Amino acid sequence: MSGSLTSVAYIGATILFILSLGGLSNPESSRRGNLYGMIGMAIAVLATVLGPRVSVGGLGWIAVALVVGGTLGLYLARTVQMTQMPELVAFMHSLVGLVAVVVGYASYIDPTASAGMSPAEESIHHVEVYLGVLIGAVTLSGSVIAFGKLSGRIGGKPLLLPARHWLNLALLIGVIVLGTMFLSAESIDRGMTLLIAMTVLALLFGVHMVMAIGGADMPVVVSMLNSYSGWAAAATGFMLSNDLLIVTGALVGSSGAILSYIMCRAMNRQFLSVIAGGFGGGTPGKAKAAGDAQPAGEVVSISAQETADLLKEANSVIIVPGYGMAVAQAQHTVYEITKYLRDKGKNVRFGIHPVAGRMPGHMNVLLAEAKVPYDIVMEMDEINADFPDTAVAMVIGANDIVNPSAQDDPTSPIAGMPVLEVWKAQTTIVMKRSMASGYAGVDNPLFYKENNRMLFGDAKKMLEDVLAALKS
Amino acid sequence: MPQVIGVPKEIFPGEKRVATVPDVVEKLLKLGFSVIVEAGAGEAATIGDEAYRAAGATIVPDAASLWSGADIVFKVRAPSRDEVNRMKEGQTLVSFIWPAQNPDLLQQFAAKKATALAMDSVPRISRAQKLDALSSMANIGGYRAVIEAAHEFGRFFTGQITAAGKVPPAKVFIIGAGVAGLAAIGAASGLGAIVRANDTRPEVGDQIKSLGGEFVPVDYVEEGSGVGGYAKVMSEGFQKAQREVFAKQAKEVDIIITTALIPGKPAPKLITAEMVQSMKPGSVIVDMAAEQGGNCELTEPGKVTVKHGVIIIGYTDLPSRLPRQASNLYATNLWRMSEELCKAKDGQYNVNMDDEVIRGTTVVKEGVVTWPPPAPKPSTAPAAAARTPAVMPPSPAKKGHGHGGGGEPMSAGATAMLFGAAALLFVLIGVFAPAAFLGHFTVFVLACFVGYQVVWNVTPSLHTPLMSVTNAISSIIIIGALVQIAPPAIAALAGENTRPDDIIRWLAVTGIALTAVNMFGGFAVTRRMLSMFRK
Repeated sequence: MSGSLTSVAYIGATILFILSLGGLSNPESSRRGNLYGMIGMAIAVLATVLGPRVSVGGLGWIAVALVVGGTLGLYLARTVQMTQMPELVAFMHSLVGLVAVVVGYASYIDPTASAGMSPAEESIHHVEVYLGVLIGAVTLSGSVIAFGKLSGRIGGKPLLLPARHWLNLALLIGVIVLGTMFLSAESIDRGMTLLIAMTVLALLFGVHMVMAIGGADMPVVVSMLNSYSGWAAAATGFMLSNDLLIVTGALVGSSGAILSYIMCRAMNRQFLSVIAGGFGGGTPGKAKAAGDAQPAGEVVSISAQETADLLKEANSVIIVPGYGMAVAQAQHTVYEITKYLRDKGKNVRFGIHPVAGRMPGHMNVLLAEAKVPYDIVMEMDEINADFPDTAVAMVIGANDIVNPSAQDDPTSPIAGMPVLEVWKAQTTIVMKRSMASGYAGVDNPLFYKENNRMLFGDAKKMLEDVLAALKS
Repeated sequence: MPQVIGVPKEIFPGEKRVATVPDVVEKLLKLGFSVIVEAGAGEAATIGDEAYRAAGATIVPDAASLWSGADIVFKVRAPSRDEVNRMKEGQTLVSFIWPAQNPDLLQQFAAKKATALAMDSVPRISRAQKLDALSSMANIGGYRAVIEAAHEFGRFFTGQITAAGKVPPAKVFIIGAGVAGLAAIGAASGLGAIVRANDTRPEVGDQIKSLGGEFVPVDYVEEGSGVGGYAKVMSEGFQKAQREVFAKQAKEVDIIITTALIPGKPAPKLITAEMVQSMKPGSVIVDMAAEQGGNCELTEPGKVTVKHGVIIIGYTDLPSRLPRQASNLYATNLWRMSEELCKAKDGQYNVNMDDEVIRGTTVVKEGVVTWPPPAPKPSTAPAAAARTPAVMPPSPAKKGHGHGGGGEPMSAGATAMLFGAAALLFVLIGVFAPAAFLGHFTVFVLACFVGYQVVWNVTPSLHTPLMSVTNAISSIIIIGALVQIAPPAIAALAGENTRPDDIIRWLAVTGIALTAVNMFGGFAVTRRMLSMFRK
């Protein structure tokens, strides 16, 4: 295959990737979109393998590597629980980061990569290698930590080192100093040493950055790492002068950036302040201040039987799921209840807050897994106006996203965050394990409202009881 | 000791409704109360004593034992003087009371140290809709008004073409599109008539259309909405324009149903004697405001009269003419009221004056007249409109997916700074970067913009698949490893054989294997997720 043919194939692959993302604009076209992505990838890989830059001697190696990696990948994709999607995504980001580092190293020590370049081009090439490895390493260690936090291997509380901003600054300066030394390195050996030293600093930076971010900010972190993995691919593309990599990297990078922006807006927070860390749970002082306006009234708890009675009488129900539903694996029971109520002719819908769960769209996937039809799963903006006409709003394992003080209390740490206005329904039922506050560490006045009932206990067990009571 | 709810037989002449029905008795018992019903209370509504007994109520023989045995009395009509005399000290009464029209009654309650809740004074807020008995009764009244009109009207409502000739459809004009008016619109269009309706509040136009009516506006700009969703008195200019509209309609239509009421004021006189005169003989007017003096000058409350060849129906008991339905809905309203009064479901009611609904409804509390209640908050629309933008300004702009930008436009200053920074960056790149780099840079910048446009169109429910598919796509980085594994012999040609082949190969093989995990895993898991999204 000639070089021109390879280039044309790359253009085809680029178009297919764009169509693939475009297909996600609605669930109908999304399956085809994914297919486009696969075809694009296959074309890109085949064109490269058969193209002028890979000789026959490498085919065996490539085949073996693809089979080994592909088998592992397919196995993971088959077996992963839908509740573990955030972990899987974080894990995959770390792989992209790692590969960017590996490819950067190999490109640096490969003299053919920069053969025939002018000095200016060669130093640009070195800058590209350096940046590619830098972004790759940050993505790698950041994703590993995010994976640890999401899977519960590392605590969700933010780790706040004293003077952490200075530490970040010191790491940044270190990276720049190493970079100038790297560019003026005479031999490849010395350059490689500097490159590895920088990698260590970048890894530390990634670890430190994600460690400082609390569990509730995870959706932002996951989408930010998504973005980084794209930029890492784009940097690699510059390094290898490959437009396909640049385009794809840019697509993925901007996709992740937009997701981070959407998540930040859904929490009414600045991107920088999320990255600077320290929100989820580490601010007792602020929470105290909000405590001045201690909500009046008392918490009324109800039983599963009474919940079932309320649901039986209601003709319209909105269910608001949160991370608690994912933790308790309760989505299937939720679906059973939904199905029962819908069969009785009741209007049952779901209200999804953009940051419910641990990654963007997490709740939608869980509900889809439990066979909830997507046309009754509404976004916050679509459903907020309907709460006043709703008989029962059922909150399952969510807290901050239904907190009225975001609207009523300007001193609250979550003031201004858009929330689902469940309290406007005739009755709200909140399912929770205990009265503990959410990740933001803010008390929730909803629990004390007159039309609110608390159903304490493990979400799955309680929902099963409710279902049994409904059917009896 | 559970408290006892007593339901007497209504003694007002012609009143056929009753304040509870067997279904509701069961629900009241569930709240912890016990229920006694006067013998024959439901007779006029075709509900026998046996049905009450089966539902768990106790039947008492006469009114005297009922009033003495009950802690709370549920009634439909405001009590007569005799009934007030029967009240025990400290007893609670829930019924229609019309406190504005019956100030003496309140004094009598106060003298008995009684508590009285007026079902006609339930605040018009969304939480209280389920106990809004006025709406329930107005709904029935509107329906019955159409039935009465159809009864007196000498023709079909619906148009027909028969072997014996063509029948034109009846034209019905309904004045006032409140609950009663809307019910009348629905009933009349259900019978096949051409329905037109007018209201001083322009915002009800859509509701009229939704029920099959045609909105006839008055061509005069004035906002007609008063506090709590009721209409208010309009200016002289408006009334003149309104009369012209009505005069025109009167000449055209066969049936006029008037429902115009303004709280606490006599009904506005909307249909003049001349208008009646101008109507076709055999036309019908149903004046639902007859009890408050009537919307038509010629209405005689409680009677059907014929004036100028037009049949004018002035019944004041329209809901009572559908006794079973009316009793059912009213009883349910009362049960909802009991729920509000007895939140603990222990059979002990609590007249909690901090509760907005109960405060508004209570006209006498333990001998103290508490009517009128403090002015209701100008609820619903204005308040919500004022607050919503304050809390989340971007909300009108963000309709979930499908918008091309990120919220509102930035301020001019920020935009200028952004453009300045970008221009500076581009100048720097243009000065220092070699041509080859610029080609790639062009591609990169354009791709960022394409990505931006495409990703904003992704529906939020698919954000997780978006992440996993972008993840899979970013394994395109595999190309970097592929071209390193065994490049063709350019190096050998150049004569330098210093390439550390083995190290590079192992690095590349590792890279390929790792990206393969991502590539296959990413696409497979996306596929798995997407196949779960179904309608």
